Amino acid sequence: MNKNHLLPLLAALGALPASAAQLDVSVQIPQLDVAEYHRPYVAVWVEREDRSVAANLSVWYQVKRGGPPQAPGAAKPPASSESGTKWLPDLRQWWRRGGRDLSMPSDGLSSATKPVGTYEQSFGDKSPLAALPPGRYKLIVEAAREDGGRELVDLAFDWPAKAATTVDAQGKSELGAIRVAVKP
Amino acid sequence: MTKPLPKLALLLLAAALPFAASAHKGWLAPSKTVLNVDQWITVDAGVSTEPFVRDHNAMRLDNLVITAPDGSTVPAENTASGKLRSTFDLQLKQAGTYRIAIVNEGMNASWTEEGKPKRWRGTADKFAAEVPAKAEGLKVSESQGRLETFATAGKPNDTALKPTGKGLELVPVSGIADLFVGEEATFRFLLDGKPAANLEVEVIRDGTRYRNAIGEKTFKTDADGLVKLSWTDAGLHYIGASVQDARTSVPQAKERRASYTAIVEVLSP
Repeated sequence: MNKNHLLPLLAALGALPASAAQLDVSVQIPQLDVAEYHRPYVAVWVEREDRSVAANLSVWYQVKRGGPPQAPGAAKPPASSESGTKWLPDLRQWWRRGGRDLSMPSDGLSSATKPVGTYEQSFGDKSPLAALPPGRYKLIVEAAREDGGRELVDLAFDWPAKAATTVDAQGKSELGAIRVAVKP
Repeated sequence: MTKPLPKLALLLLAAALPFAASAHKGWLAPSKTVLNVDQWITVDAGVSTEPFVRDHNAMRLDNLVITAPDGSTVPAENTASGKLRSTFDLQLKQAGTYRIAIVNEGMNASWTEEGKPKRWRGTADKFAAEVPAKAEGLKVSESQGRLETFATAGKPNDTALKPTGKGLELVPVSGIADLFVGEEATFRFLLDGKPAANLEVEVIRDGTRYRNAIGEKTFKTDADGLVKLSWTDAGLHYIGASVQDARTSVPQAKERRASYTAIVEVLSP
C-alpha cells in the first residue's frame, strides 16, 4: 500500500475527538471458597449520567450449554429454555439497561465465561467508545453466578481523559479488584 | 341448612368472594416476571385474607385471559386447581410483555318470591331474561373485577397492556419490567378508560406470614389518575384499588363496584 495515501488518512483520524483515546478495563474474578462453583456471568458497559447505556463493552456468559457444537453455516438450533441465554436476565441491571435489546451471541461483545483470574480489556478508536461525546461516564461491571450471588461495581471517569487517569474499585463478593485506566 | 353446600355453590361463593365486601384478596404469584424468550413461568392463583398466603381458597381459572406481546390471546398450560391454590404454566414464546388477567364481570340480584329469598348471579345481558321484572324487594349490584400480573421476555412492549376501557384498570407509565428498590414507579389508574382521580391504592409486599405486621402502604392517585409508588424491599407486591359508584349496566342496579389488582415483581438494584 502506498504510504503517501495513508498519511492524510491517519491525520484525519487523529483530528477526530476521542479517536485516539483509550480505555483499559481490568476485571478480577475472585477465588471463592464454595462447594459448588460455577463461573459467573459478567457484563461490562459504560453508562451516561442519566443511566442509559453509552456503550456495551463485554458480556461473558455460557454461550454453549450442552449439545454438540454447531457446524459453521448450520441452521441456528432451536432456542431451548436450557440454553445459556436463559440466565442473562440475572445480570439484572445490564438486562434492563440494554442487554434485553441485544441478540446473543454478539460479535465483538459476547464471549464464554472465564475462570478465576484477572482480565484486561482495551477499548480504543475501533470500539463503541470512539463515538462518545466528551463527558462524565460510569463504567459498570455486573456479575451473577449460578448458585451464588450478584454484584455490581461502578467507577466514574471522564471521557476523553485530559491526562492519564486510573480509577480503582473493589468488589466484595462476586467481583475482585476492578480498574479503569483512561488515556488521552 | 342441614345438607352440605354442593361443590358448585362453594366454587361460586369462592369466585364471588374477592368482589364481595369481604377482606379476602385474590392474587396471582408468578415465579418470575423478567425473563428471556422461550422461558417458562409458573403462576399460582389464590384467594386469601393476606395476599400470597395459601390458606383459604384456590382461584378459579375460568376467566383467565393471557394476552401475548403481539396482542393475541394464548392459552395457559398445565392448569390445575388444588384446595388452596390454582396453578398454570406459560411459555414466553414471543419477545415482549405478556398480560395475565383474571377478569370477573357480573351482577348479583336478590329478591323475595312467595316469601322465599331468591338469589341470582349472572351477566348484564342475561339479567332481563332471568330476573323477574317486578320482583319483590329486588336488590341488584354489579361488579367488575380485574386481577393482573405481567411477564416480560426480552425487550418489553405495551401492545398487551392497552386498556379495555371497562372498569378499573392500570396502565404502567414507567416500565412494568423495570421495578427496582429505590426507584419510583409511576402508574396510571383508569376507570372506564378515564383517569381515576383521588383513588386510594393499597400496596402489600409478599412475606406477611414472616413478619408481625402486614405493613400495607396506601397511596393516592392525582387528578390525572397517576400514582407514584416506591419500594423499600424486593419481592412480589400486591397493588389493589376499588371504587363504588352508580354507573351500572342496567337501571335496576343501584351500585357498581369496580376493583383492580396488579401483582408486580420488584427486584433489588
